[in-house]
Amino acid sequence: MRSRFQQGLDELKEKLLRMGGLAEQAIDRATEAYRTRDPKYCQMVLTGENAINEAEREIDELALDLLAMQQPMAIDLRFILAVVKINADLERVGDQAVNITQRVLDLISEPPIDLPVDIPKMADAVSTMVQRALESFLDGKAEVAEAVLQMDGIVDRMKDEAFVVLVQRMHDDPASVRAALDVLLIARNLERIADHATNIAEDVIFWVRGADVRHGGAHFRE
Amino acid sequence: MGVGIEVKGLNAWYGKNQSLREIDMSVPANHVTAVIGPSGCGKSTFVRCLNRMHETIPEARAEGTVKVGEMEVYGDTDPVEVRRRIGMVFQKPNPFPTMSIYGNVAAGLKLNGFRNRKQMDELVERSLKLAALWEEVKDHLHKKSGASLSGGQQQRLCIARALAVEPEVLLMDEPASALDPISTSKIEELIFQLKQHYTVVIVTHNMQQAARVAELTGFFLMGSLIELDKTEKIFTNPADKRTEDYVTGRFG
Repeated sequence: MRSRFQQGLDELKEKLLRMGGLAEQAIDRATEAYRTRDPKYCQMVLTGENAINEAEREIDELALDLLAMQQPMAIDLRFILAVVKINADLERVGDQAVNITQRVLDLISEPPIDLPVDIPKMADAVSTMVQRALESFLDGKAEVAEAVLQMDGIVDRMKDEAFVVLVQRMHDDPASVRAALDVLLIARNLERIADHATNIAEDVIFWVRGADVRHGGAHFRE
Repeated sequence: MGVGIEVKGLNAWYGKNQSLREIDMSVPANHVTAVIGPSGCGKSTFVRCLNRMHETIPEARAEGTVKVGEMEVYGDTDPVEVRRRIGMVFQKPNPFPTMSIYGNVAAGLKLNGFRNRKQMDELVERSLKLAALWEEVKDHLHKKSGASLSGGQQQRLCIARALAVEPEVLLMDEPASALDPISTSKIEELIFQLKQHYTVVIVTHNMQQAARVAELTGFFLMGSLIELDKTEKIFTNPADKRTEDYVTGRFG
């Protein structure tokens, strides 16, 4: 067994999971900022983004080193490729959390307004997707990843519903346009995070089974 | 042009030790097929059975069917004719040390009774060109001995010698393992070019080399062919766990 190589793979996994933890934390803090209208949570997300970006760089560097120095094959090669892609998705999750906090900062600069959209519920579903996707990566469980893929449709529907009711609200009450637009953008940011969780789940399936399940198919190399 | 190889129920022994077990394998014409596996897995024995080199070792024998094109290798065919049609290049370059570069390439032709000097000149030039050595040696074909060349050049000389007798199949047993990286990449590039004219089977310990040069790769383990598939498949997502353990270095 190539122990030095295995150590490198373990380190890569650990770094990615740690980064995943930071990304999850960013979603939770952004949601908390929305729920409480407390700018301190926004600040936490903005500060935390640097750590996510730094982690992204470190992971890419280690993955590149392992590819260059160890010439991995088969499941190890698929693992490293999956890590590189998941890494990019997690970084984007961090960016989306920042986008959410920017909308929240705009929202709290105005008096609160009651809108008929349950953002914390949507954020909960999205956060669960990210959590499960990372869990499937931790344990190499393709079936957990498959469950994540199923959840994406639910979040898409939530966003579509939010769009309909918010457009109606803007139409009925022009004074609410600014806040409604902020919430609409937050719903879209959350939906994007769900897409990243879906990508992560697809990459886990590719790593574990060697199957490309992107774009609704199950493509095995012939 | 190269021809395909069909192997069925091939078994081989060294004395009482069985080194190949019931090998069935199809090697397509004009492709490079790599044979990989740990030491002692039977990969060299396998290629040596393809041109009846195996039986040249005392107490070694083989049974089964090997068809190269229309030729039954283990039929009534003369082993010398088998080896003319199925050339072989070995791990260590082995030019005839006392012969000139020209003499080395022409050796096989002379052995086969070839006497026409003009045609021989043409064949030597063609073979050296095919082996990507012509430009480096054309000015001292008769002056320099084969042994005066560098290791990489010697190996290309051996390839030219094998090609001179116009084989249909070229077997290569670790052809670059004794060479430096630059010579290795020249040989690899050459192998890739040669498949236009020949069917190439290469034994290699170097998995990256198999990945670089071969379209198909077969994995041998303890005398059995475990898996034969497109090289991309073998190195990214092999079907058999034993292949995966080997290519990822988890073997043993």
